Amino acid sequence: MLHIISVLLENEAGTLSRVAGLFSARGYNIESLTVAPTEDPSLSRMTLVTRGTDEIVEQITKQLNKLIDVVKVLDLSDGPHIEREMMLVKVQATGDGREELKRLADIFRGRIIDVCPSAYTIEITGSGEKLDSFIAALGHSKILETVRSGVSAISRGDKSLRV
Amino acid sequence: MELTGAEIVIRCLKEEGVEYVFGYPGGAVLHIYDAIYKQEDVKHILVRHEQAATHAADGYARSTEKPGVVLVTSGPGATNAVTGIATAYMDSIPMVVITGQVPTTMIGNDAFQEVDCVGITRPCVKHNFLVKDVADIAETLKKAFYVATSGRPGPVVVDIPKDVTALKTEFHYPKKVSIRSYNPVVKGHMGQIKRAVKLMLSAKRPMIYTGGGVVLDNASKELTDLVQTLGYPITNTLMGLGAYPATDKQFLGMLGMHGTYEANMSMHNCDVLIAIGARFDDRVTGNIEKFCPTAKIIHVDIDPASISKSVKVDIPIVGSVKHVIDDMLRILKDKSSKKDEEAIASWWQQIEEWRAADCLKFDTSSELIKPQMVVQKLYEITLGDAYVTSDVGQHQMWAAQYYKFDKPRRWINSGGLGTMGFGLPAAMGVQLAHPNETVACITGEGSIQMCIQELSTCLQYSLPIKVVALNNRYLGMVRQWQEFFYQKRYSVSYMEALPDFVKLADAYGHVGMRIEKPGDVEGALKEAMALKDRLVFMDFVTDQTENVYPMIPAGAGLNEMILV
Repeated sequence: MLHIISVLLENEAGTLSRVAGLFSARGYNIESLTVAPTEDPSLSRMTLVTRGTDEIVEQITKQLNKLIDVVKVLDLSDGPHIEREMMLVKVQATGDGREELKRLADIFRGRIIDVCPSAYTIEITGSGEKLDSFIAALGHSKILETVRSGVSAISRGDKSLRV
Repeated sequence: MELTGAEIVIRCLKEEGVEYVFGYPGGAVLHIYDAIYKQEDVKHILVRHEQAATHAADGYARSTEKPGVVLVTSGPGATNAVTGIATAYMDSIPMVVITGQVPTTMIGNDAFQEVDCVGITRPCVKHNFLVKDVADIAETLKKAFYVATSGRPGPVVVDIPKDVTALKTEFHYPKKVSIRSYNPVVKGHMGQIKRAVKLMLSAKRPMIYTGGGVVLDNASKELTDLVQTLGYPITNTLMGLGAYPATDKQFLGMLGMHGTYEANMSMHNCDVLIAIGARFDDRVTGNIEKFCPTAKIIHVDIDPASISKSVKVDIPIVGSVKHVIDDMLRILKDKSSKKDEEAIASWWQQIEEWRAADCLKFDTSSELIKPQMVVQKLYEITLGDAYVTSDVGQHQMWAAQYYKFDKPRRWINSGGLGTMGFGLPAAMGVQLAHPNETVACITGEGSIQMCIQELSTCLQYSLPIKVVALNNRYLGMVRQWQEFFYQKRYSVSYMEALPDFVKLADAYGHVGMRIEKPGDVEGALKEAMALKDRLVFMDFVTDQTENVYPMIPAGAGLNEMILV
């Protein structure tokens, strides 16, 4: 099963490689990983998407907690949460196709953020699933390039992950 | 007064009460060695290879309650130390390893003797630091000692670039340090402890299984009290030997791959398993699918990640084993705790039947020296009170089986990583910590050659270690597996061109003995022990075909032992 794990960690050199090293050393998989400093610059927040049985995910959270630089770990999949990912996609846009692409982007609430005679760059935000659907709707032949941010997620309600 | 970074390093060690630093100088640590020269509080032990520095510090730590300290240079100094760091990591031994690094301005330039020490050691340390500012040295070392010795202990590496050790700053050693992201649990959850005690008392076929965690937490007294209050059988892992007196009748011997018949059968058939400070290692469990099929399992461990890692447990308790056992005892002694006396008595009856199989018996009429006999004689002659280190292989298992440890911290071996070459340098650390005690290193002709250069260190510091080499001219454990599982195709396990160990010992300035007949074993050991101030290398020429029994083959359950 897919799990989204949020990790608060010390914003120090080498911390990211401790986490990445843990995953490779123990054979856990990472579907995506994003990390950036929080409003408190001494802390970074990482969102990890991983796949595994309940036992493996339990081990992952325990092993993450064991890293000295890790302050807090939360498996967001345990409760209601919101998940967002951003994608920039550059697509071929010529002739009649330009209009159709604009409509498709609108349907997915995407925005065209760069235009040139032969291509559009579209920004789209949503769950990973939504981004996958948008790619499917575009059709692979038209896509010149994509870049995805990886999933960021936060729990619903007033519960918060902080020190 | 301002001190240099190098002087601060040594002052920190002094503040921590460090007696010995095991190390080897080199370019990047020359400032620190200069600081060592100018003082007398911290003594430096010069090894002959950095691997031995880490093993010696490790042996020192295991035989005392103090962390071991290592100082090595950058590049090859650091990489040579890695085996010893990984050894300590696998067995949760507190150690602080200071490595030199090239100057900060050179880091990343492929400078002379540069390696990414923090990167290389990351997977085999509890934590590591790179100190880039002289003002951070004191606090970082304080943190290093705190992390190494608290919670589940482990090695911590502190990498210090050369220029940082030359700069000056005010020295202030923090009395306390706190790390917001690191708060090891000490007390166990009372509700869980109560549930555990209830389950323990309801048991009809209980079994207590304890490991190195009890030794590390200095909880032998508490454990012994618990086991005797309950009257239940107990087994120790390889790492846990000595935590419970081996000569007591409730002790069933070691369990696992080369454990006793009675210990393994009791594990397999128990209905309540009480695991304390042990981690369900694969050498202990055998085939996980077949492990303790009828047992409810209680697991006490300081490390949450050890719980339900390989074996799912019913009552997990995270906490210091000492505190948790204390709490258990309080409940047990407080109320009139009733256990099922009748069921326990018949369980003991069953265990005695298993014990009667006498699984550790061996041929005593042989013309050849049986390795088991050497260990047994060593046990008798040292009155069971020696510090015994070992290397890795058959001799290690025989040492664990035939030397009955009644006290903790007497049995010093590389359990988790299984590092050949560990025994002799570890014995140096033990002997330094206990100058007036007998320290024996049980080894093989294969293992001893992995760190044999340390015989030179032993001479320099007058360490009267008694080396008991069980020389069967084979990499014995490899040979045993080849005999059992590779149709006797002894691929590269025969040791050709062995040195004359007697001459070698002599060349290093020690006493060498070669013992070839069973009748000479006792006399030789007595003679060696009488040479109180000399290192004696005893080369016992043993039966080449002897195997370690019992044995659980890979993939089998604990009840599927090969007995002889």
